[in-house]
Amino acid sequence: MKFRRRTQQEQSTPPLTQPASQPGAYRTGEPIRDTKAPSGPVEDRWDTRRFQAKLVNPANKRKLTVIVVGTGLAGGSAAATLGELGYKVKSFCYQDSPRRAHSIAAQGGINAAKNYRGDGDSVYRLFYDTVKGGDFRARESNVYRLAQVSVNIIDQAVAQGVPFAREYGGLLDTRSFGGAQVSRTFYARGQTGQQLLLGAYQALERQIAAGTVEMHTRHEMLEIVVSGGRARGVVVRDMVTGEIETHLADAVVLATGGYGNVFFLSTNAKGCNTTAIWRAHKKGAYFGNPCFTQIHPTCIPVSGDYQSKLTLMSESLRNDGRVWVPLRKGDDRAPADIPEDERDYYLERIYPAFGNLVPRDIASRAAKNVCDEGRGVGPGGLGVYLDFADAIARLGRDAVEKKYGNLFEMYERITGENPYEVPMRIYPAVHYTMGGLWVDYDLQSTIPGLFVIGEANFSDHGANRLGASALMQGLADGYFVLPTTIGDYLAGAGAFGPVEEDDVAEARTAVQDKIDRLLAVNGTRTADSYHRELGRIMWDYCGMERTEESLRKALERIPELREEFWNNVKVPGDAEGLNQALERAGRVADFFELAELMCVDALHRTESCGGHFRAESQDADGEALRDDENFAYVAAWEWTPDGPVLHKEELDYEYVKMTQRSYK
Amino acid sequence: MNLTLKIWRQSGSSDKGRMVTYRVEDVSPDMSFLEMLDVLNERLILEGDDPVAFDHDCREGICGMCGMVINGVAHGEQRATTTCQLHMRHFEDGAVITIEPWRAAPFPVIKDLVVDRSSFDRIIQAGGFVSVPAGSAPDAHAMPVPKEDADAAFDAATCIGCGACVAACPNGSASLFTAAKITHLGLLPQGQPERDSRARAMVEQMDAEGFGGCTNTGECTAVCPKGIPFDTIAQMNADYLRSASS
Ligand SMILES: Cc1cc2nc3c(=O)[nH]c(=O)nc-3n(C[C@H](O)[C@H](O)[C@H](O)COP(=O)(O)OP(=O)(O)OC[C@H]3O[C@@H](n4cnc5c(N)ncnc54)[C@H](O)[C@@H]3O)c2cc1C
Ligand code: SF4
Ligand code: FES
Repeated sequence: MKFRRRTQQEQSTPPLTQPASQPGAYRTGEPIRDTKAPSGPVEDRWDTRRFQAKLVNPANKRKLTVIVVGTGLAGGSAAATLGELGYKVKSFCYQDSPRRAHSIAAQGGINAAKNYRGDGDSVYRLFYDTVKGGDFRARESNVYRLAQVSVNIIDQAVAQGVPFAREYGGLLDTRSFGGAQVSRTFYARGQTGQQLLLGAYQALERQIAAGTVEMHTRHEMLEIVVSGGRARGVVVRDMVTGEIETHLADAVVLATGGYGNVFFLSTNAKGCNTTAIWRAHKKGAYFGNPCFTQIHPTCIPVSGDYQSKLTLMSESLRNDGRVWVPLRKGDDRAPADIPEDERDYYLERIYPAFGNLVPRDIASRAAKNVCDEGRGVGPGGLGVYLDFADAIARLGRDAVEKKYGNLFEMYERITGENPYEVPMRIYPAVHYTMGGLWVDYDLQSTIPGLFVIGEANFSDHGANRLGASALMQGLADGYFVLPTTIGDYLAGAGAFGPVEEDDVAEARTAVQDKIDRLLAVNGTRTADSYHRELGRIMWDYCGMERTEESLRKALERIPELREEFWNNVKVPGDAEGLNQALERAGRVADFFELAELMCVDALHRTESCGGHFRAESQDADGEALRDDENFAYVAAWEWTPDGPVLHKEELDYEYVKMTQRSYK
Repeated sequence: MNLTLKIWRQSGSSDKGRMVTYRVEDVSPDMSFLEMLDVLNERLILEGDDPVAFDHDCREGICGMCGMVINGVAHGEQRATTTCQLHMRHFEDGAVITIEPWRAAPFPVIKDLVVDRSSFDRIIQAGGFVSVPAGSAPDAHAMPVPKEDADAAFDAATCIGCGACVAACPNGSASLFTAAKITHLGLLPQGQPERDSRARAMVEQMDAEGFGGCTNTGECTAVCPKGIPFDTIAQMNADYLRSASS
């Protein structure tokens, strides 16, 4: 890669000021008018785009380098596929092996419109369900394509040897999941994510052996290199030697997953972070709907201050378990001592039609409400019972064990309580982030040459993701969509020009400065303790229920705490060699900045929709009330030194009629 | 609970390393083993000491990143459990616990309890896949798979690549890990075309990495958190012999 020095005039002054001081303030910029989706009937759009996309001559592909950061379902499948196509790929992950990306933990399954059951499923129905499930805040064009491509994913995975569950006839088994009325979820026991990821990982390792993919494990991306207005590389830290490295390329793909760990406690893996996408955001990539977070209702509650993460219990438990809390506030009797008429089966009471099976966001909020009333159970009163006594009486213990045995075992392992004898305790936990970097139909961000795939982008789930749809989206992006659309971009690579030396230097200096600053503070609190406190603020004020007051409070507290962090954090050791405390501190620093943008976004969106519940916007029954008149748009935030700028992408619904959800 | 920990400390690959004793107090029985180490590390940081480096990520037993030899047993004494799933209620108050890294020549120590397991990735690179470029797959129902085969393949496919089998084996063999992949793909129709070449290449790579041979001690299955069946190794040997004779 050749360098060219920049002339004096061309050098831009680095931004010095911090975001605007007024909490929650933002400016409104130009709306986004073109998402690059082709026009015409929705079912033809992807074909049209594929046909129009420019192709790269096979002989030229070898000369083009693509960086893919992340090896989860999205990044692993993308890197493998780009390698198969003949590009030179450089792949990065922070774990010691690409096989350990957080996708490995997905349990439930993956949706696909195969209609193998003949139960009335179709591409159109999956499209419809996903748009509606997203509470009308996702793009029709993208979602339709996702549903179309879903069928190819299953074919691909089966051909790779992914051992999906099968029936006695040897055909694939499916189940209905997350309230869907058709059976379209393919699964591999409770380990679907693991098996799909191993499929992608093996395809990736095959390309590494073939020499098309160069793998860099234990490397953390800390900055992106933008030159001539295009994404041209990344700055990474070798986590073993501490060396800061620059890697240049013709295009960069971020597949770095979700940012749920901004809440400290979540079901995400400990290393999940926002650093890669946040750095890109500060270099010009808009951030779409940052406040859209999914909170899963059935997780094992927090047991103490030392808690480091939360564990998800499959949603399927709500098929047979009954959710309740004591009727009376502060009733601390053992559950068995609380007579039937002193219990409140609140979901069955409030939602007689759906009962314990109401959607995730509704079940989560109801649990929060009863706990806020002082009727929660377990340590700190932050839990509700999920009781299988009736199911055991009705079906027998054996039948319950057959269905849920492994989940019961997992629960007992963590809590030390036997759920066959005492009701489980569950509580909602942060699980998934629908928000992420804004991308167009081609999955390209507002920085040309920077593509974003998987949970890291904002695209297909609107304000609420349906169960079993994240795996589908990650693999759709990685195996099928990106490899086509990135070709269209790379076909023009001849005109990209050399990377400016100053742009590389600037990115490297930013990384080095941040590391030096963190190590220099030498204060009195650990990065984890700040992270915990930040998470607490986010959970209390920007969690399941948000109000103008709570968000304003968060917007006051976060900058104060961030300030304290930068003056009082203690990071031991030095920048050479493995330093896990330094890695963590760097991630926490970025979470602080993201947290603020999330609150700004949540404050500006005064409607409730999907996982975003603004207490001011509810109907007479306390249900979420959308405001389509004013908020049927994607909020794409631009970072500027003077505070965030909002760009609206209006959403049109030509096919699916906008309606208000109801589960009474 | 109050505990005494004897932890392997090694600053880098060139350091010889040694056991260092730490006291941890007020440990809650509901803590996980790694949370107990988090508490120790927070304290070490504030006291100006170097915290103990250890690998972990999912903390729910599926990513395969964690792994320590606890009181001489890989992942500790509780069966079918990864280190991250181990909870303190299984230890006695006042206990002395030794914590060491995986020890095997092909897993060099990077720092403290962190080892380099990239040899496992290279074994997969040698042939642990089905060669099927994206977009070239036939319909998923084109080839039915008998349920028993699919279930058995799944059992082998649940390996998380943690390396406990190697750490437990007196010969430092990676046979269980390698056999799990050979068996998973070898049981499925999709894996047949490359079955022989796969077995040969993976076994040869395993040897080239310096892993020892299998002498049927069965220590690997005993510590394997996913209960990978021991008979996968027989399957691997059969496939390897067949490939060598063909
Ligand atoms: C417990 C749990 C269960 C779930 N179950 C389901 C389910 O049943 N069905 C479903 O559809 N979805 C499920 N989901 C959601 C789904 O698993 C995720 O959304 C999806 O796997 C994300 O994939 P990804 O490829 O985008 O990112 P990830 O798998 O998170 O991968 C991120 C990658 O980026 C790398 N990375 C991150 N930051 C950096 C950096 N700074 N530098 C270098 N590398 C970096 C990591 O090393 C990793 O390789 C579940 C999620 C959780 C938490
Ligand atoms: S076979 Fe078992 S012990 Fe060995 S790597 Fe796989 S899961 Fe770990
Ligand atoms: S941390 Fe993932 S298996 Fe233990």
